[in-house]
Amino acid sequence: MTGEELHEVALTVNGTARTARVPARRLLSDCIRHDLGLTGTHVGCEHGVCGACTVLLDGAPVRSCLLLAVSADGCDITTVEGLAAGDGTLSPVQQAFAECHGLQCGFCTPGFLTTITAGLKANPEPDDEQAREMVGGNLCRCTGYQNIVASVHRAAELTRAAGLAPRPGAPA
Amino acid sequence: MSSLFGARVQRVEDDRLIRGRGAYLDDLGADALAAAFVRSPYAHARITGIDVSAALEVEGVAAIYTHADLPDRLGQPLPLLIPHPDLTHGRTPYPLAKEEVNHVGEAVAMVVAADRYLAEDAADLVDVSYAELPAVVGIEAAREAADLVHPDVPGNRAANSVQEHGDAAAVIAAAPRRLELDLHIERSASTPLEGRGVLARWDEHAGQLRLWTSTQTSTGVRAAVAARLGLALTDVDVITPDVGGGFGVKIVHPWPEEVLVPWAARLLGRPVKFTEDRREHFIASAHERAQLHHVTVGFDDDGRIRGLSVRFWHDNGAYVPYGLIVPIVTSTQLLGPYKPDAYRVEFDSLYTNTVLVTPYRGAGRPHGCFVMERTIDAIAAELGLDRTVVRERNFIQPGEMPYDQGLMFQDGRPLSYDSGDYPALLAKLKQLIGWDEFAARKQAAAAAGRRLGIGLACYVEGTGVGPYEGGHVLVETSGKVKVATGLTTQGQGHQTVLAQLVADELGVPLGDIEVVTGDTRRFGYAVGTFASRTAVMSGSAVTLAARKAREKALRVAANALEVSADDLVIEDGIVHVKGDPDAGMSLGTVAVLSNPLRYAFDEAAAAATQFAGGGDLTRPPVAEDDEPGIEGRAYFSPVRSTFASGMHAAIVATDPDTAEVTILRYCVVHDCGRLINPRIVEGQIHGGVAQGVAGALYERMAYDEYGQLQNASFMDFLMPYVSEVPRQIEIDHLETPSPLNPLGVKGAGEAGVIPGAAVLAAAIEDAEGIAITSMPISPSDLFELRRGAGA
Repeated sequence: MTGEELHEVALTVNGTARTARVPARRLLSDCIRHDLGLTGTHVGCEHGVCGACTVLLDGAPVRSCLLLAVSADGCDITTVEGLAAGDGTLSPVQQAFAECHGLQCGFCTPGFLTTITAGLKANPEPDDEQAREMVGGNLCRCTGYQNIVASVHRAAELTRAAGLAPRPGAPA
Repeated sequence: MSSLFGARVQRVEDDRLIRGRGAYLDDLGADALAAAFVRSPYAHARITGIDVSAALEVEGVAAIYTHADLPDRLGQPLPLLIPHPDLTHGRTPYPLAKEEVNHVGEAVAMVVAADRYLAEDAADLVDVSYAELPAVVGIEAAREAADLVHPDVPGNRAANSVQEHGDAAAVIAAAPRRLELDLHIERSASTPLEGRGVLARWDEHAGQLRLWTSTQTSTGVRAAVAARLGLALTDVDVITPDVGGGFGVKIVHPWPEEVLVPWAARLLGRPVKFTEDRREHFIASAHERAQLHHVTVGFDDDGRIRGLSVRFWHDNGAYVPYGLIVPIVTSTQLLGPYKPDAYRVEFDSLYTNTVLVTPYRGAGRPHGCFVMERTIDAIAAELGLDRTVVRERNFIQPGEMPYDQGLMFQDGRPLSYDSGDYPALLAKLKQLIGWDEFAARKQAAAAAGRRLGIGLACYVEGTGVGPYEGGHVLVETSGKVKVATGLTTQGQGHQTVLAQLVADELGVPLGDIEVVTGDTRRFGYAVGTFASRTAVMSGSAVTLAARKAREKALRVAANALEVSADDLVIEDGIVHVKGDPDAGMSLGTVAVLSNPLRYAFDEAAAAATQFAGGGDLTRPPVAEDDEPGIEGRAYFSPVRSTFASGMHAAIVATDPDTAEVTILRYCVVHDCGRLINPRIVEGQIHGGVAQGVAGALYERMAYDEYGQLQNASFMDFLMPYVSEVPRQIEIDHLETPSPLNPLGVKGAGEAGVIPGAAVLAAAIEDAEGIAITSMPISPSDLFELRRGAGA
């Protein structure tokens, strides 16, 4: 068998321009983890069900195990490593997970953090049903989800307190 | 400084993990070759030929190995880790199948290549010919034994085991009333989000192996790998990186991959890594739970159990590397908080052509609890008594502790409960769920066309199983404290909990303490993480080690300050005279003083050199009976396990049309002795309950008659999302200290999962008025039960 043809992929990852030369079949998750060395994104099933590999692609949560790296060429990607502020301050979602014991083994956590980050942007004030819906596509085997849902609410609260997202209808 | 014991301290491990800076197995070894395995597509077959020639042509392939390539010691069957006199026909797999495969997924060949993609390309091209043999699937087929899994194991029976106290048959025969029940639990599995994985580096110059593995026992893997590769223990280091969940499956060792990967790394002179994928985890790791039980119980008109006899059949899969632990735990823990006058239990452990069976969180207890609690509910129904009343009448009373059940437990020691207050637990549970008010609620719901049911289940759980664990505490000259224990961590918050204990003992801030687990370079003697044992075993060990370090620190400081050690305290990292915070020195300074040095490599060292002055010049710098440094090493080895307990209750609604089961309330009362960190204990309960609900309503391993696992993916195996677990898990604690360890603690890791199937079966039965004897139960199952009952 002969060597595979390699393709150059240019990505903006956590605000930094990155390139990788990958075979056409390389999964985006493998590219992020093994070509770019950002191992915070985890792979739990490789068939798009568990959500551990969720990254933000142009701001939208996607399963990086279901995308080929070449198909993400030119895209802006945020991984768990890019959630904290430049000075290292935790994002409200990260802070909430620490405060609420929202993680145990931590393997699924990056996928929840990215998913909730996008979810709260779309809906900054979820009620309990919406909070559960927001994390409804990600699997966790450790927590029974109780403290993950609590983390969604706490993250919304922290976001509001930081003035990052004013309450809808609140006085300007 | 206030005590951290009992405080809801935030976890110290989280900062790394939420920043994406965890280091799980596949995050390591960027330079390593990748291993992939050719696995059997048949449940039972003879291997008639293996042709690797086409596979070897794949670019990037470094090597392909089959059984024929394995040197003598590595070519032997893997060890039977826990032998037992009743395990008369123990069989274990070869690292790579020799002449026969006994389950789909059994490893036949290993490919090592430049990356995983190429390794899998080559694995696809390995041409293995098989002659298919009849597959034995399911307990009935194994018991019938028309076909055999292993030709030299008659009746497919690995073991037959009997335990008895009293003459159960005679007592049952003499009892005023009798019932018989058949009860069934299906297969599920631990299913951590991270599968197995192993990375090996061989250092040719040093002749040493360094191995990282996603395991629940690094010391166990170290000893096993050293033995199989013919290496001295001192030439093998095993390091447990961050582990993405275990729940039992990662206590098994050595997995075939754990011996093959380091062997290949040594042979090839290159680091080699294996990362299991999801399908492999379903078909090539381990499952648990499948058992059939037949119960005969004799009782009196008050519901008091006189005699109990349980005959059960345990599906151990194709091999038994972990011995009989699961069925032994079922046999013994089945009794729960109750005290029948006589008890007999007999089981057969049977081979099937399916994935091997080893402990999954709860490890035999969920089945035992299901059997006992279903039996008690049946007695209550027979007598028309409230289910809580029958339980109360059978409880061991607090005044009867310690209570000896007259059996041998999984640790080979007497099954003797150390403490517990079951009547108090039940009172709390009834209060929490509103047991006495439920009848009215059910009636009102029925009037509105809704079916509600309530159930409860009680369990006693042997935790903190021996034989021992150790701890090491070292105070550095910076004042930072380094703690090590040998067992491993899979997300339970051990770093936080153990740091809390050391902080209290040593009087240092939590932030100054670093805890390392599962690294044989730091602590070489250990057993592993299973049986809810870390808080009990390593918690006690690091506490005792910290006490030794504290004693030493006080002695050194007392000498320097020219006061009595009895007059000193340590607060916030400062050793000082009681009531006089100014008369003291930091623990770091004490560490400097404890270690006379020749070389001044930094300021702290300069203060401790030979010419720094001080000391009695007529005596040696280190006294004959002393050692340099402030450190403590201690081991904890309890005489036997400590027994936690708990009770769950649930209220469910069953849909009259779709037969869907909705959990409306789920309540837990829990007694794990003294709570070190209630936040972490509650997190353990939440996760356990989710797995309990999963095993009751969703998860089953769907094997077909050919031994093909039909649902070996997260798409088809119904692991719960948030939508499947109770909206709220209501928890109340009772704290009955254990007298068997210095902390008064009991294990908490598995508790949440144990009564899940029992409590939900009871609640569904109450809603439907149909006997529920087999779990899990799907809406389709319930629908069929309704049809069968003419409901």
